[in-house]
Amino acid sequence: MDFGSLDLNTTWFVLLGVLFTGYAMLDGFDLGVGALHLFTKTDEERRTLLNAIGPVWDGNEVWLVTGGGALFAAFPMVYATVFSGFYLAFVLLLVALIFRAVAIEFRSKQPMRWWRQMWDVGFSAGSVVSSLLIGVAMGNIAWGVPLDERGEYAGTFLDLLHPYALLLGITTVALFSMHGAIYAVMKTEGELHEKLRGWVNHAIIFFIICYAVTTMATLIYVPHMAARVRGNPWLFSVAVLNMLAIANIPREIHYGRDGRAFVSSCVAMIALMGLFGLEMYPNLVLSNPDMAHSLTIHNAASSHKTLGIMLTIALIGAPIVLAYTVSIYWIFRGKVRLNSMSY
Amino acid sequence: MDVLSLSRIQFAFTIAVHYLFPPLSIGLGVMLVCMEGLWLKTGRPVFHQMARFWTRVFALTFAIGVATGIVMEFEFGTNWATYSRYVGDVFGSALAAEGIFAFFLESGFLAVLLFGWDKVGRKLHFFSTCMVCLGAHFSAIWIVVANSWMQTPAGYHIVGEGLRVRAEITDFWAMVFNPSAMDRLFHTLCGAWQAGAFLVVSVSAYYLLRSRHQDFARSSLRVGLVVGLAASLLQLVSGHESAVGVAKNQPAKLAAFEGHYETMSNAPLYLFGWVDTQEEKVHGIALPGLLSYLVHGDTRQTVEGLREAAPKPEDRPPVQSVFQLYHLMVAVGFGMILIASLGFLYFWRGSLFEKKWMLCLLVLSVLGPQIANQAGWFSAELGRQPWIVYKLLRTSQGLSEVVKANTVLSSLILFGLVYLLLFAVFLYLLNDKIQHGPDTADLTPSGKLALPLR
Repeated sequence: MDFGSLDLNTTWFVLLGVLFTGYAMLDGFDLGVGALHLFTKTDEERRTLLNAIGPVWDGNEVWLVTGGGALFAAFPMVYATVFSGFYLAFVLLLVALIFRAVAIEFRSKQPMRWWRQMWDVGFSAGSVVSSLLIGVAMGNIAWGVPLDERGEYAGTFLDLLHPYALLLGITTVALFSMHGAIYAVMKTEGELHEKLRGWVNHAIIFFIICYAVTTMATLIYVPHMAARVRGNPWLFSVAVLNMLAIANIPREIHYGRDGRAFVSSCVAMIALMGLFGLEMYPNLVLSNPDMAHSLTIHNAASSHKTLGIMLTIALIGAPIVLAYTVSIYWIFRGKVRLNSMSY
Repeated sequence: MDVLSLSRIQFAFTIAVHYLFPPLSIGLGVMLVCMEGLWLKTGRPVFHQMARFWTRVFALTFAIGVATGIVMEFEFGTNWATYSRYVGDVFGSALAAEGIFAFFLESGFLAVLLFGWDKVGRKLHFFSTCMVCLGAHFSAIWIVVANSWMQTPAGYHIVGEGLRVRAEITDFWAMVFNPSAMDRLFHTLCGAWQAGAFLVVSVSAYYLLRSRHQDFARSSLRVGLVVGLAASLLQLVSGHESAVGVAKNQPAKLAAFEGHYETMSNAPLYLFGWVDTQEEKVHGIALPGLLSYLVHGDTRQTVEGLREAAPKPEDRPPVQSVFQLYHLMVAVGFGMILIASLGFLYFWRGSLFEKKWMLCLLVLSVLGPQIANQAGWFSAELGRQPWIVYKLLRTSQGLSEVVKANTVLSSLILFGLVYLLLFAVFLYLLNDKIQHGPDTADLTPSGKLALPLR
């Protein structure tokens, strides 16, 4: 397909944003359910939570795989620099994701208490560590990492763990926990449902504190991540939308409209990712201290032809993917009931 | 050890473990489509029971396939950053297509396949099973296309210089249908079908030996043997096509497969042997002229030897290991044809269930495709060495420049421990499922599935 004068580099910047936002909204809730998993006590409660995400977590993780693939394809320089530069962080993320995946699959296969306890810890720790590392990676991208003139990472593993990155890591855990708690409220009933309803409020407070601290830290220490909004005051509406969406969650939960609470949480995530994207554009990886070495949508991209081919593939594939993703969520709508096929 | 060796060991280890599972998913996917299709067609409860039981085994292999697969996608970037920059423009489109066409399809419909038994009707469930199977095949298509491009690059040009040099696509379809892509895809899929079919055959034969779940085991065995025999025979065709393609496109690799050093007509084919890499000859049993005949269909034609295809030692693959692994694959491939044919013959005559030795052989048959698949991949990848992209980029040039040997060593140890645990748990749970056997309750469909077809 010929896309004429369309700015394909910007298009793919936006599409990557869409993929990673989709990932955050979808895998975000099952990572969040994982973070809350150990707070439940009985085996039945834990099984209910696992089965709430059971049919969908796998598909959710595919958003990460596709996001990674799209990053490789559209911006190979970024993929190569970030993955080799953040080597140990990514290896840890992989180990955490593996543990989590097999824990979900294996927990229910044996009735022994020690067996289930072991996989419960694996599932929960895997979820928390994954969320934390995703946040730390985002924090480093925002803060900027030392890049040399060839665009290679010039720091060490420990350089990645600076306070701002860790703060973003914790904020991500808080955000996913809130999102997961709302999802769990939506999918459960009875005693567990009431219990989770209480947790949602704790999770929201935890998230709002983290969010406020992160915002302050960003304004004070990372002024380049607020420059665009400062220059274009109307963009401040995105930040306002974000706050309104977050403030709406406890209200909806209070009135028992769990579905709307979940939508609000999704809107908050979209607004957050939107702000992040607006401030980063056109950079993909900021070089700090030497901004001139930053990887941008121009110097890190694949050829115009490849970006065009990929857009064609995406335009054919995306409607089909959306259609059956929606149908599958429709088939598995409603409250979780345990049966012989459950985890 | 240096970064190069460690990174190669880590990639080889993680891909080898990963590659135990996707072929099973692809092959079992086909088996599930056959079983559920037979249930819809005949209405016999045992086929429903089979579909349910094998779906549980499928779920197990699929989960580990996904978990170990994410590692592969990340590893291009973590360990082979220079390679990623070089091929990103070409490789990327294939990976993106894999994500959007294959993985979403597979994982989405897997939910219905696994958890939708009483939520959806028969037709929709069967459709989901077909989509999962199709998704698994799609993922094989794109990854084999990408890998084949590394063997026989096409539809690209080289741009930039120095550190910025890279391959860019000029013709997408020429890249997709690069010279080796379709042969290798067919060959890979046949191997995957064999892996799935012989797992079913093996477990069924085990039940028959132990006189358990007889009705279930006989029906499973029948479906498994038919698919297994068909795939094994097709594998002969696809293997031959692939080898002819290698002779044409990668003569150095074929020369290493066959330990063929000297360009000559009436070239012999070694059935087995030991390569003397110093003297550049093979000690073993050879059939004269057969290599020329297989490659060209004529014994008088010449086959290019390694001395001509790769005169300098630094341009040669490790001949001994490539030769042995390739011959192992071929030998096991023929073995599978023999086992499947014998099994089918006895089954057809009705004497299979009395032949204990044959059932024992069938129990072991599950190892055959796995050994051949691994040996085949290793010979394909080692045979391409010293190139990571054939004749364009050396493996030693593809590394991540910022990653140190100690870092790779620590990740290698970590992956080693995690995969060991993973594999142990997999075997434990697989055995557990097999010992538990099919559920009698599964003979009666439940929920919406119980409704007859309209």
